[in-house]
Amino acid sequence: MAHHIIQYGTEGTESTVEQRLLNDFQHDFPLSPTPFADMAETLGITEDEVLELLKCKQDEGVISRVGAVFKPNRVGASTLAAMAVEDEKLQQVAEQVSAFESINHNYQREHRFNLWFVITAPDKSALENEIKAIESKTGYTILNLPMVADYHIDLGFDIKWT
Amino acid sequence: MPIDAIDRQIIEATQSGLPLVEQPYVEVAQQIGISEAEVMQRICAMQEKDIIRRIGVVPNHYALGYKANGMTVWDVPDEHIAELGKKIGTLEFVSHCYQRPRFLPEWPYNLFAMVHAGTKEEAMQQVDVIAELLGDMNRQHDVLFSTKILKKTGLRLKSK
Repeated sequence: MAHHIIQYGTEGTESTVEQRLLNDFQHDFPLSPTPFADMAETLGITEDEVLELLKCKQDEGVISRVGAVFKPNRVGASTLAAMAVEDEKLQQVAEQVSAFESINHNYQREHRFNLWFVITAPDKSALENEIKAIESKTGYTILNLPMVADYHIDLGFDIKWT
Repeated sequence: MPIDAIDRQIIEATQSGLPLVEQPYVEVAQQIGISEAEVMQRICAMQEKDIIRRIGVVPNHYALGYKANGMTVWDVPDEHIAELGKKIGTLEFVSHCYQRPRFLPEWPYNLFAMVHAGTKEEAMQQVDVIAELLGDMNRQHDVLFSTKILKKTGLRLKSK
C-alpha cells in the first residue's frame, strides 16, 4: 500500500487529479505561505479547485483533515486503555467513556477486553486523574497500556481505489 | 519541555486541521496574535524535534474501504522486542507498531501492530506474514478487530 500504483486514465482526468491530491500530499505537503496554490501548480488545476476538492473530501469523511500528525506522548501524555464490559452494559459504558473530553478514540473490539480507547491529558498526573475519573464513573477497572516504544516507520497510508 | 505555550496554542488552533484558505498560516497567526513567519517557523521546528511526525493530507482509512482494521497483539521476549518491532513497523500494511506493558495473567502481549485491509481474510493474511517474520519469537498472539467506532477525533489539547 505504501507504494500503491494509481491506475491512470480509466476514469478520466478528474479522478486522477483527485487521487493524486489525496495520495501525493500525505507527506510532501508544501510548507509555504500558500500551500494550496503550490499543490494546484503541481496538479495543473486552480487553487480554488484544490480548496474545493479538499473541503468536499473532508465533508465526505474521506480525509479527516489537512494538517499535522503528532507523535504520541510528545505533546502531553496519553495511553491506550481497555475495559472488559458485559455485552448488555457495553453501549451505556461506551457512552460514558466517550463523554470524557480526554477520549479521542473509542473502539469496540471482539475480545473479552471489548472497549478500547485512547486517553490524552496535558501531563502524566492529569492522565492518572483522568484514568481514576473514568474508572469511578463507569465502575470498571482500566487496563492501562501506555506506549513504551514506537517502532513504526511512517510511510503514510496510500489510498486504495476500488 | 519540548514545547512552550505558543507552540501549544498553534497545536490547539490547528489540531482539527489547517484552515482551507489561500493563506492558512495567516489565519492561524491572527488567531494567536503572532506573525505568519513565526507560525511557520515553529511548525518547522516541531517537525525537526519530531513532535510533529508529518504534515499533509490525513486520510481516513476506514472511509477509504479498509473495513477490516485489526489490532494484532503479540507476546515476544522483551530482550528481542526492539529488533522485532522494527521489522514489523516497516511492513507496508502496518500503520502503528508499539511496545506496551503486559499485565499478567490477563494481558500477556507486549507488541502491538495495527493492520488494515479490505476484508478480514486479507487482514488475516497480513497476520500470517507477521507471524512468519516473528517465527519462534512469537509465544502467543491474538487479533482484535474493531466492530464499531464509538468516537474518533484528532488530537485534542485542552488549554491548561
